[in-house]
Amino acid sequence: MDDDPRRVVEHVARDSYGRLVAYLSARTHDVAAAEDALADAFVAALRTWPRDGLPNNPEAWLFTAARRRLIDQARHERTRADAAQTIRLLVRQEDDVSDSVFPDERLKLLFVCAHPEIDAAVHTPLMLQVVLGLDAATIGSAFLTSPAAMGQRLSRAKARIREADVAFEIPDRQELPARLDAVLDAIYAAYGSGWDDLAGADPRRRGLAQEAIWLARMVLQLLPDEPEARGLLALMLYCEARRVARRAAGGDYVPMSEQDTSLWDAPMIDEAESMLHAAAAAQRVGRFQLEAALQSAHIEGARHGRTDWQGIAALYEGLVRTAPTIGALVGRAAALGEARGPVTGLAELDAIDPQIVKTYQPFWAVRAHLLAEAGRSREAADAFDRAIGLTEDGATRQFLLRRRQQTERADLNRH
Amino acid sequence: MRYMMLIYETPDDFRARSNDRNHPMIAAWRAYYKAMVDAGIYVSGAPLEAPATGATVRVNAGKRQVQDGPYADTKEQLGGQIILELPSLDAALDWAARCPTASTGAIEVRAVSDEVRAMVEGTDG
Repeated sequence: MDDDPRRVVEHVARDSYGRLVAYLSARTHDVAAAEDALADAFVAALRTWPRDGLPNNPEAWLFTAARRRLIDQARHERTRADAAQTIRLLVRQEDDVSDSVFPDERLKLLFVCAHPEIDAAVHTPLMLQVVLGLDAATIGSAFLTSPAAMGQRLSRAKARIREADVAFEIPDRQELPARLDAVLDAIYAAYGSGWDDLAGADPRRRGLAQEAIWLARMVLQLLPDEPEARGLLALMLYCEARRVARRAAGGDYVPMSEQDTSLWDAPMIDEAESMLHAAAAAQRVGRFQLEAALQSAHIEGARHGRTDWQGIAALYEGLVRTAPTIGALVGRAAALGEARGPVTGLAELDAIDPQIVKTYQPFWAVRAHLLAEAGRSREAADAFDRAIGLTEDGATRQFLLRRRQQTERADLNRH
Repeated sequence: MRYMMLIYETPDDFRARSNDRNHPMIAAWRAYYKAMVDAGIYVSGAPLEAPATGATVRVNAGKRQVQDGPYADTKEQLGGQIILELPSLDAALDWAARCPTASTGAIEVRAVSDEVRAMVEGTDG
């Protein structure tokens, strides 16, 4: 291991934050207090390790220091009725944490964060903070919320965990699917907020995508028989494998069909493939397996220069039946547009409630593309404008502006 | 609730301004404006001429002081503002992120103070 105490502290913070918080708060259910105590322990480590040398087991050292701090705090808060109880709980914890990895403790914490008593919108931010130790500013940026507002939401959620005495246990078998769904949704949301930032222009967001993959691996390690957990991991690996190829050297956005497939991470795609096959063996299809299968079909298509759009449309059909989200409806329309021609695709788009797609950028991008294909360039230009106006990413905006210009030029040539 | 987006542009942004209505930046802004109007949230907006073309006035102990250029000597300068009608700061941040200048400069978002406005305009009853 590295000998620089500062780097060791960083390394332990990165790797062990979640499990230390989980372990420290397992009995008291007070996540906020556990985090405060752990922060103090990190400060103490930065002060004493450079002077006294590294402890044999940095993680155990931090755990002991933080727990001592928690006990001190509980002793000082004599006014709190439950102080004595807290001390008893803390003291009862086993002393030896030396080599255990506490995977169950971390998993419990993931499930606590996804508890139905906690507002679903906070599930993901809470996991990112409590299990991964990201700060409110980073999480706020990923979810486009002011850091102050995000900080407040997280504190409220933690207070809720304490007050409602939200159970720190892996739920019963029959409760598991609902909770697991929430956990998987949250992990995917974390991945998505890292993925939106196309080529990882913001290194913190890129980190978020990797953290999400790590969380999914952890869930799978503990629940290896859940095909949807496997499907989610496969999905994220497929996306991750193509990350570098999504931008040209100058930073321009490159659509999948034009990506240089030699830039793709082949071993990662192989891992995703075998992950997806293993999931399919359970014969319980779900949203993440379908989305992973879509990625697989696109990758196959790009590799062989021929995409099975009919097959892709069928996968979207499955998604629409599982959960008719706007994304699935627009995806189905796009695939049908490729498989059976733009007129079919446009009819599918027209069937979607216009209220829900008003500010949904992909709807306008697909519509513009299909209108251009159909030779309706005036309407296409309008739809391109809507898509451009709703785009956040600068490279995607440039790409759409170029497409709009090409459409106009093609129109001039025709007349 | 009304929110103002204060649009801060870099020197490059100001230099890139163009009279060509087909310039990509103008096309991007036209598309952005259209999206706001179609969403029914646009209240008003005002792009500003370059900072060096204006002047700043103070009255100190009854004496006027006029200085060329902007109030603050910073790298990024106010290039315009837009007022939107939206339910929350988060929703306003969503629209700020879509602003073409967000990819090069910065967008500050603040709520319009209805309280102060009502007192000043005498509509606070």
